[in-house]
Amino acid sequence: MRVTVDMDACQDHGQCCFAAPEVFHLDDDGHLVYDANPDDSLREKVEDAVDVCPTQAITVAD
Amino acid sequence: MPSRVVIVGASLGGLRTAEALRKAGFSDEIVVVGAEEHLPYNRPPLSKEVLAAGISHTAVAFPMRASVSDVTWRLGVPAADCDIDRRVLTLADGATLDYDGLVVGTGLRSRRLAVPGPPPTVAAGRHSLRTLDDAAALRTELVPGARIVVLGAGFIGCEVAATARTLGCEVTAVAIDPYPMVRPLGALLGAQTQRRHEAHGVQFRLGAGVTAFHGDVKVTGVELSSGEVLPADVVVEAISSHCNTEWLASTDLDLTDGVLCDNTLRAHRRDGSPIDGVHAVGDLARFPNPLFDDVPRRVEHWNIPTETGKRVGSALAAYLSGEGYDAAIASEFAPLPAFWSDQFDMRLQSFGAPGLAGGDPDDIRILEGDLEDEVIVGYHRGERLMGVVGIGMLKSVMAYRSAIGHVATAAS
Ligand SMILES: Cc1cc2nc3c(=O)[nH]c(=O)nc-3n(C[C@H](O)[C@H](O)[C@H](O)COP(=O)(O)OP(=O)(O)OC[C@H]3O[C@@H](n4cnc5c(N)ncnc54)[C@H](O)[C@@H]3O)c2cc1C
Ligand code: SF4
Repeated sequence: MRVTVDMDACQDHGQCCFAAPEVFHLDDDGHLVYDANPDDSLREKVEDAVDVCPTQAITVAD
Repeated sequence: MPSRVVIVGASLGGLRTAEALRKAGFSDEIVVVGAEEHLPYNRPPLSKEVLAAGISHTAVAFPMRASVSDVTWRLGVPAADCDIDRRVLTLADGATLDYDGLVVGTGLRSRRLAVPGPPPTVAAGRHSLRTLDDAAALRTELVPGARIVVLGAGFIGCEVAATARTLGCEVTAVAIDPYPMVRPLGALLGAQTQRRHEAHGVQFRLGAGVTAFHGDVKVTGVELSSGEVLPADVVVEAISSHCNTEWLASTDLDLTDGVLCDNTLRAHRRDGSPIDGVHAVGDLARFPNPLFDDVPRRVEHWNIPTETGKRVGSALAAYLSGEGYDAAIASEFAPLPAFWSDQFDMRLQSFGAPGLAGGDPDDIRILEGDLEDEVIVGYHRGERLMGVVGIGMLKSVMAYRSAIGHVATAAS
């Protein structure tokens, strides 16, 4: 699975980090870092992260 | 016979319900009825970046998952009536739709002031902000030097005030409350909001009611209860909202402040009985949240349409398939309300239900940081943490999420 975050749209809300902590986290400066190629077993969590992102910045491709 | 789910309201709650129905294996017909011409779009940017940058549906449209590509969207015609016992929905153009499952997701609309003066129309300079079309109409008025009077200093009022000020308008915010955002945030952070807005040049008239709009065809001024008349080119009414439940008026649903629901979001009749196959989602669903207590409440936060939509999609799919429905109803639904707001350089983040704090002066207190700068405030009822609100300190605010609803004194 490929995950892309539109970093122009992302406002570091961090909601995704709760939905899928294995894939998304905020660094020490509070900026988003993420794994662009997470394991397929995390699909459900990543889909939840897509839903909770206030700026709808996350997209998933197979 | 294949079954049909009709979702009324083509916004976030409706979209998430449709997705959740498909995810739970419901493969029959889904029809979404929407009053607006648009496919579902994201509303929060309408008072923030999109209002500042320029309005278009593409800028705010929700991405559509493949799973809902076969959903029928009937847009531009509102639902007008519903027969809950015969399971028939009637649209404003007279068309009828039979259903096996019904989802109520028609949300809110802005309340307008009923005082003397020009009518509540854009042509008269009286705006409100709920839809993309509202935002487009307001955007054209927000030119440098324009005198904007914002009525109501809740979240939307404060965001509009900040955005208009950033665009160079002269902005005055009027509210009956002693501080902006005092109802959701309390006096401590309300006063901070006021200070920060004033530092950017927004003026406030607090503790003030509106008695009339001046002007013949178009508003030229806003008369306050103090007798003062604020000159105005544009008025934005952000005082409060009405639930869009008129189309259910002929039913025996309990429509006191939205749609009364149980914890599975099943709509209740006035006699207190829940109706299988009829659910509500989003801003108008009044449901008990065991995270706090057993009192049904509406929650106008962006994450609630998604949470309730998922809950309803899986419960309704189980009901219609006849498999797993008892388990779906027996399971507990305790979503954590989450809210954010951007005003100037201030990012507010709220988790839980700050409004449920007790009345003790010490119930609302600083947990971390400094009021003048970045700060986290905790809202308690006795020893229980009901909500946290941060100005900035995003990462630290998040750490309190799991403590909400529990007896806790520190981040866990
Ligand atoms: C300007 C603005 C800024 C916001 N900012 C934030 C924010 O920063 N953070 C946050 O947490 N939340 C924010 N919110 C709240 C958030 O957008 C709402 O919680 C969310 O939109 C609710 O979704 P919903 O699906 O319940 O209802 P809505 O989005 O209100 O959608 C209801 C839909 O039903 C339609 N409808 C109404 N009557 C009928 C009928 N009879 N037949 C058919 N369709 C009908 C309406 O036209 C509308 O499209 C904001 C809201 C607004 C308006
Ligand atoms: S939730 Fe969205 S905006 Fe927030 S950090 Fe994640 S991708 Fe960025």
